[in-house]
Amino acid sequence: MADNAEILSGLAEIVEEVAGIDAADVSTEKSFVDDLDIDSLSMVEIAVQAEDKFGVKIPDDQLAELKTVGDAVSYIAKNK
Amino acid sequence: MSGRMTLPSGAAGARILGIGSSQPNTIVTNDDLAERVETSDEWIRDRVGIAERRIADADTTVVDMAVEAGGRALKDAGLTPSDIDTVIVATCTMPSPIPNAAAQTADRIGISAPGAFDLNAACAGFSYALGTASDLVRAGSARHALVIGAEKLSDWLDWQDRSTCIIFADGAGAAVVGAAGSDDRIGIGPVAWGSAGDLNQMIRIRTENNALFQEGQAVFRWATTKIAPVALRAIELAGLTPADIDVLIPHQANLRIVDSIAKRLRSKGAREDMRVADDIVHSGNTSSASIPLALDHMRAEGRVCSGDTLLLVGFGAGLSYASQVVVCP
Ligand SMILES: CC(C)(COP(=O)(O)OP(=O)(O)OC[C@H]1O[C@@H](n2cnc3c(N)ncnc32)[C@H](O)[C@@H]1OP(=O)(O)O)[C@@H](O)C(=O)NCCC(=O)NCCS
Repeated sequence: MADNAEILSGLAEIVEEVAGIDAADVSTEKSFVDDLDIDSLSMVEIAVQAEDKFGVKIPDDQLAELKTVGDAVSYIAKNK
Repeated sequence: MSGRMTLPSGAAGARILGIGSSQPNTIVTNDDLAERVETSDEWIRDRVGIAERRIADADTTVVDMAVEAGGRALKDAGLTPSDIDTVIVATCTMPSPIPNAAAQTADRIGISAPGAFDLNAACAGFSYALGTASDLVRAGSARHALVIGAEKLSDWLDWQDRSTCIIFADGAGAAVVGAAGSDDRIGIGPVAWGSAGDLNQMIRIRTENNALFQEGQAVFRWATTKIAPVALRAIELAGLTPADIDVLIPHQANLRIVDSIAKRLRSKGAREDMRVADDIVHSGNTSSASIPLALDHMRAEGRVCSGDTLLLVGFGAGLSYASQVVVCP
């Protein structure tokens, strides 16, 4: 099982690919919407890629709960 | 003693002989909408990619737009009404289910007693109808079929609902389908179609207000994950590879969905210089009309040329989807 650091770097790559944000800026305390300026449609694209990469299911209602990068990392760690 | 039935011999292949389209004159900008609902030009351009759309006035009907688009396609094909024996109108926005659009559209164009029916596969309607027409021609059931996608979404919107009224619009587009001559390349590839009826509630007309409702994010997720594979299947059924596609014309649902489909196809070998329809910017989402509208506009702008290999893919309420490769007439 990948540890949280691995999940974070994998997630950061996805965020960079989808939203064009430097992976180095994707740290656990950042809010997707307020800090990284990612909108809800890009969040869907990030979720879809994260599902493929980590083998988790991230339904739309769950997705809305993942406010920060850290929220997403712990969700993935718990559900993969 | 029973007789023995015979079947017509049909045609080896079908192709598009001509195209045409029609849009209302009235342009509604994002700023116009911002006067009615809490929204902004920036938000709409960013989330859906629309700058302006065409909305029909109160007395313009689905059939009016279908007649104009159909007549233009006939002219483009160099045919007359008497050459047409089948008319299919793909629509989901007639004011009532009876009478259908096809028979009256045919009558007004001057086509005498054709087979005429409407087809409701919502935003996938044009590709469904084109696939049907192509097979009718190949089977010998039709000689020349007129296929029209025509919609007046504005009649089925709650103009106070900012999640829908910013997206949908009115218009019509048409194509004439006939046999491919022996020296022609096959002009219309096999259709790859299907549906996901378990998701039927994701896009629907609410009975409370007779207005369109959609679960935007769920539809976005579905369209950005399930539709590129349908398009790839159409390419495979046609015996081609993604690199053979010159122009991608997806249903103009949302520019971000269009871009996502293009990106996925490029990751499977479609060319970087493949042209991608972005007609939604000025036409909005016109459901079954969006693919032929985009095609007609791109041809007028010189972005699609005769002989180009086009990949069409429609998807929407049902949920339903359909895709085929066609050669531009
Ligand atoms: C409809 C669609 C544009 C909505 O975008 P979205 O990002 O999912 O929007 P949401 O409903 O999550 O709302 C996001 C935010 O924008 C706001 N918003 C919604 N519509 C808005 C509008 N027209 N103008 C300004 N803000 C709007 C919401 O209130 C919300 O704000 P909040 O986060 O502060 O609460 C989008 O989901 C979409 O296009 N989906 C695909 C649908 C489609 O293509 N259908 C046709 C299929 S044929």
